[in-house]
Amino acid sequence: MYAIKEHLDETPSIRTIRFAGEMEAIPGQFVMVWVPGVDEFPMSLSYAGEGFGITYQVLGDGTKALGNKKPGEKIGIRGPYGKGFAIHGKKLLVVGGGTGMAPLGLFIEDAIEHKASVTAIVGARTTKELLFESRSTKAGAEVLITTDDGSGGFKGLATELANDLLAKKNFDMMYACGPEKMVVGLLDLAQSRSLGLQASLERFMKCGIGICDSCALDGKHVCRDGPVFSDRELRSFEQLGKTKLDLTGRKTPL
Amino acid sequence: MTHLAVDICGIHLKNPTILAAGILDETGKSMIEVAKAGAGAIVTKSVGREPRNGHPTPTIVELHDGLLNAMGLPNPGIDYFADEIKEAKKGGVPIIGSVFGGTEDEIASLAAQMSRCGVAAVELNLSCPHAKGFGAELGSTPEMVEVVCRRSKKGVSVPLFAKLTPNTSDIAALAVGAERGGADGIVAINTVKGMTIQPEARMPILANGIGGLSGPAIRPIGVRCVYEIFEAVKIPVIGVGGITSGMDALEYIMAGASAVQIGTAVWSEGLEVFSKTCKEMLRFMVENGFESVPEMVGVAHPGRH
Repeated sequence: MYAIKEHLDETPSIRTIRFAGEMEAIPGQFVMVWVPGVDEFPMSLSYAGEGFGITYQVLGDGTKALGNKKPGEKIGIRGPYGKGFAIHGKKLLVVGGGTGMAPLGLFIEDAIEHKASVTAIVGARTTKELLFESRSTKAGAEVLITTDDGSGGFKGLATELANDLLAKKNFDMMYACGPEKMVVGLLDLAQSRSLGLQASLERFMKCGIGICDSCALDGKHVCRDGPVFSDRELRSFEQLGKTKLDLTGRKTPL
Repeated sequence: MTHLAVDICGIHLKNPTILAAGILDETGKSMIEVAKAGAGAIVTKSVGREPRNGHPTPTIVELHDGLLNAMGLPNPGIDYFADEIKEAKKGGVPIIGSVFGGTEDEIASLAAQMSRCGVAAVELNLSCPHAKGFGAELGSTPEMVEVVCRRSKKGVSVPLFAKLTPNTSDIAALAVGAERGGADGIVAINTVKGMTIQPEARMPILANGIGGLSGPAIRPIGVRCVYEIFEAVKIPVIGVGGITSGMDALEYIMAGASAVQIGTAVWSEGLEVFSKTCKEMLRFMVENGFESVPEMVGVAHPGRH
């Protein structure tokens, strides 16, 4: 188990926990977070190495209990698991919607350290909810803002802003994490521009290690084959943007 | 010509490695991937009458020589599952339908419905150690096993396998019960009851507390069980428990298994474990003068070398 070192507010609804200890990981990889006596759930790492961390929004009992944890208290962490983002080329476009920026903040830092130039589209419902906007700027990325309500930056969808940008500028690879509808939109965009895409997906996950089939997506598994998938893989998923499995294994609308 | 093909109760398998119940087998497309990876047959997730969420998480603990799980029989219910089986069959290998139930009536009716889904055989899960009221209770005495098998056999038009629990003092007696009840084959073993505690949290890690241990840690238990069952019954035995390599599979075969199932090794080795196991078995057979798997079944028993 790992002791909480810091518990920080990122936005009014998003918080980060940094742990005392070290976990090396590739940006995009995730851990299974165990709040003893409550729940265990997957979370992308938002920080890796010494003082690794997760960034979350309270959505259910598990994250609610996580939110009540104070520095010094211990949380069970297993991982890192899955396939992360791979740096491909020199000019990278990163598109993050809402908490989807959690793994992308880490990726942006890593990519810039590896001499890539990064343009980041950071999207949120409203300005106050923008995640890792300043972290990305500080890392050296060119950051473009989009909000649903127009309270900051471009008013509209991240995909629309990405579309405008791609008409003017060339990139070697696009990276995305956020609502699946956004990923589907970016996949279409990437295809029309002959641009590669790596996107992180989310499904119900129980084991996290590739055996229980609960995160199955057309025969692939988000926990082991993903969570980051290539555009070729994404295009092969009939269920992408349409259905997910519920806890019993039945397909339900996304 | 040395080959791995086996026939069990009239079911032809291109090789004796079968995917064990509960691993990557809740959706048809995942089962197709397992078939592509080289498994000789596939056992489905254990399916019940109604959809079940399974136990709350954590449902799994990784240990250095295995896994402890308490998934709690999550499944979409048999009515829904028929379509997944139809899809899975596109993988081109025999599909064995696993069912569990709380009473003999329930499991018998599920077995009958499963046999109408186009499966090559039905496997009765009489041994899930961590879902209260399902599986292990029904499979805990030879008398119960006999009754459940007899009731199930009536409505099933394909071979019937009974998967037994090692959490008993005499698994051979359970196998005899299954044979008397008309089972066509025995599958042994299911997971071994266990628990892990996280001292810092002062509680068991699994939300269910108790789970089932699988993987290399239980292989000697499984091999011993198959050895005992082989001496007690005439029907074929399918060995399962901690098989990760060809040599592991050969232990089971020489103890008396006509085929083997692989589950936890999908976690440690990936789906390549099926082709790897087959390749290693074949190499052993060539080097040791065996031409087919049946020649090796039970040879570890005195007088059979």
